[in-house]
Amino acid sequence: MAPRIGVVLFPGTNCEHDAVLALTRMGADAELVWHGATTLGHYDALILPGGFAHGDYLRPGAIARFSPVMGAVADYAASGGPVVGICNGFQVLTEAGLLPGALQKNRGLRFVCATVAVRVERDDTVLTGGVPVGTELAIPINHFEGNYTCDATTLAQLRDEGRIVLRYVDNPNGSVDDIAGVCNAGRNVVGLMPHPERASDPLLGSQDGTVLLGALLRSAGAAAPAA
Amino acid sequence: MGDPRRFSVQVEVLLREGIADPQGATIERALPALGLDGVTAVRAGKSFRFDVAATDDADALARATVVADRLLANPVIEESVVTVLPARTPA
Repeated sequence: MAPRIGVVLFPGTNCEHDAVLALTRMGADAELVWHGATTLGHYDALILPGGFAHGDYLRPGAIARFSPVMGAVADYAASGGPVVGICNGFQVLTEAGLLPGALQKNRGLRFVCATVAVRVERDDTVLTGGVPVGTELAIPINHFEGNYTCDATTLAQLRDEGRIVLRYVDNPNGSVDDIAGVCNAGRNVVGLMPHPERASDPLLGSQDGTVLLGALLRSAGAAAPAA
Repeated sequence: MGDPRRFSVQVEVLLREGIADPQGATIERALPALGLDGVTAVRAGKSFRFDVAATDDADALARATVVADRLLANPVIEESVVTVLPARTPA
């Protein structure tokens, strides 16, 4: 059976249809989940897509963290379910405390919209399982607040525990240690600034995003209860 | 005594020391072009004003600090300063 993927829609999210389309074309049963939902257990994986949840008022993710769905997302993550936050979704996950650190304004106050090279650093997370370490992928980024920041203790912990999932080959935004994506201790919650759903068709200039989405679908299949 | 009153508070949120503040740096670099020399250590932040029901100044400070810590500032990158403002003259 096709894995069921819930794509969480906050007011102001704007990449939800791209994510659903990319996953559907890859064989998933993907659908939108309104941020008022509080039951998520029937999904095999969740995606928090990009955009401007709640207008990014105050800080990106600061208000979204209090949406009703986030309690269910936290429970889902705690039970080991795969959760991926893309761009604004990554910001929401850090604000919610499901991932460490924060995304601050880009170095030099530059909004960056470009296809960049990212290197896979781990092959044991829900988004990179089975993807050889060192694989370089061309995936678009599109953000003003993607400059990953954390304190020295957290950074040392992320390195020691192998939780830096993706690094930029050529740092575009000032992120500490070139970090483009991190995961939680359980490796089932991953946040990344690049948009894999925007690199899912030759017409988009790159299909490299399907490497990550494919790994997520494999993880979702593995997480699915035996039929 | 003990009845809640309304206190006006101000919360100032700034990036923590050591976190790059490109807005502050850009503002600082712009000032000499206006002929405004001698301005240093510019930091850009946010200011919030709100009223809070509390029994006294200390209670108001405590309640506003919870608001600042739980929502207005992200402690990973920001710090906040909470001030209880002087009571306004009754109309």
